[in-house]
Amino acid sequence: MEPEAPTPTNASAVRRSPFIQPGYTFGSVTDKIGSIVLTRRFGKGWWAGFLLAFSLVLLLMYSMTYLFVKGVGIWGINIPVGWGFAIVNFVWWIGIGHAGTLISAILLLLNQTWRTSINRFAEAMTLFAVACAGLYPVMHLGRPWFAYWLFPYPNVMGVWPQFRSPLMWDVFAVSTYFTVSLLFWFIGLLPDLATLRDRATKRAHKIVYGILAMGWRGSATHWYRYQTAYLLLAGLATPLVISVHTVVSFDFAVGIIPGWHTTIFPPYFVAGAIYSGFAMVLTLAIPLRAAYGLKDFITMRHLDNMAKVMLATGLIVGYGYVIEFFTGWYSDNKYEFFVAMNRLFGPYAPFYWALICCNLIAPQLLWFPKIRRNVVVLFVMSLVVNVGMWLERFVIVVTSLHRDFLPSSWGMYEGTRWDWFIFVGTMGLFVALLFLFIRFLPMISIFEMRELVSETSGHEGGD
Amino acid sequence: MATRRPRIYGLLAEFKQPEQLVAAAREARTAGYRRMDGYTPFAVEGLAEALGRRSTHVPLITLIGGIAGGTGGFLLQYWAATIAYPINVGGRPFNSWPMFIPITFEMTILGAALSAVLGMLALNGLPMPYHPLFNEPRFALASRDRFFLCIEARDPRFDRAQTRQYLESLGPQAVMEVENL
Repeated sequence: MEPEAPTPTNASAVRRSPFIQPGYTFGSVTDKIGSIVLTRRFGKGWWAGFLLAFSLVLLLMYSMTYLFVKGVGIWGINIPVGWGFAIVNFVWWIGIGHAGTLISAILLLLNQTWRTSINRFAEAMTLFAVACAGLYPVMHLGRPWFAYWLFPYPNVMGVWPQFRSPLMWDVFAVSTYFTVSLLFWFIGLLPDLATLRDRATKRAHKIVYGILAMGWRGSATHWYRYQTAYLLLAGLATPLVISVHTVVSFDFAVGIIPGWHTTIFPPYFVAGAIYSGFAMVLTLAIPLRAAYGLKDFITMRHLDNMAKVMLATGLIVGYGYVIEFFTGWYSDNKYEFFVAMNRLFGPYAPFYWALICCNLIAPQLLWFPKIRRNVVVLFVMSLVVNVGMWLERFVIVVTSLHRDFLPSSWGMYEGTRWDWFIFVGTMGLFVALLFLFIRFLPMISIFEMRELVSETSGHEGGD
Repeated sequence: MATRRPRIYGLLAEFKQPEQLVAAAREARTAGYRRMDGYTPFAVEGLAEALGRRSTHVPLITLIGGIAGGTGGFLLQYWAATIAYPINVGGRPFNSWPMFIPITFEMTILGAALSAVLGMLALNGLPMPYHPLFNEPRFALASRDRFFLCIEARDPRFDRAQTRQYLESLGPQAVMEVENL
């Protein structure tokens, strides 16, 4: 099938349009992506965005310092709601990270070439999201300076961690996830760092990219081993990403709290993670492709595909909501049923209905091709889903805890200003890291784009 | 007279298209050259085979790493929970192996992933910041849009003049001598 006209207008044209606009050569693809890092000036927009994000990082540092001095009492948590924003945000951030791994690993194994132009920054998003997520359990420790006690190491106290606890599983799952994501990302970057090293004109660029590229020279033998290792990593990251959110859901499901103790949690959490992650990829991709002129690489077809993944995973999440409620009723356990009804009509009902609107009702608009191809609507939709997924975790954590078994121990929970400062602060950290990433590393995988050029547009390698 | 180290690393032929390079590599191998390698801006399909690379140890290393990680992870938990620091929870067995599965799994993945990456880098001899090929200015294009074939001077059939002639017969853009400083 021949690649068609450049600007697709109707549905079938978008479906058939190539994943890279025609006319690009190996050289021009390289220059276009590489120049963003090597020659483009830091614009006013970049500085404004970065400084705004960085001021939130300062807020985060201030709040964390205050937290470490005063203790977790500055948060809204108490008995019965001992898990508040920290866990809500932890699950939210980890979930966002999952789309990056899905795009880079699972879509690679499924031979989905459209992943090529979005996998690099989706992986960066994963790393930064997991970094933000990882802060929360550490902050929640109370004495975060003893965080290393979580790891099994021979110590003079003669104590070992309790490996039967899901919280311990979390430590291993999240740290493995971060390590493997970092490896995957760095290995993917290696050939591109070599490109930057070879194209650099400034001395600082030459030195830094030269060191990072490790002397990669594109040898066929190296490529052969490289591809094998990359595929193996993808194969390893695929079950890993599923296991990570499964383990996160075990934090809840292994406990005997009504509303948490259900078997639907692992698949429902994984689907929710991918759902929110794709929403975040859209939230980032839409402004990025506009700001850096990458519409030829991140095409409407990419956005369309991502919207479809969002729709599909959103429906799985919706199924999860139904089953949760069904289980509450079918269990014939009055506590389970009470929790289900309390979610619908209790004091936190507005949160529940807001999440249903955000996660279940609004995304149904994505059935319409017109909506999927409207960039503005898609952007708003991705924000709505992100809000919805945060509300979902809030509802899961808070509504299950705030009505304890005995009415005498019932309570209410709300985040204090410190909860909010830290939440907003991690958003700032995430955005600030992304701002640095897009200026110092190629946000689209250059060598994979060359591969795409060689596959799609015949061979026009030279200039 | 002592044999001197060859002054040059090898001869480098530059091609514009990946297929040309694959064809040239296949031909050079048929002609009897063995110590050679292709250099490309992306993984070109069939090139490694054309150069005679049949298999790699990366999968085996990954497998060993995975098994080591998984076994180590399980044994650590077993040892900590039954020998070093047994805690009696309502009379349940100390070796509660189903509870050890998640961490065993994570450690398997961690071990395998680390060995895949480190194994690949080690087999490739990276990091190696200096390489004689970097002496050739045009070689920078190997990370952009050109495809290179290098027949190394240590190849038994290598002869400065003859090999150059041979490479030129394969239809490259240019043939360059790579110095070995």
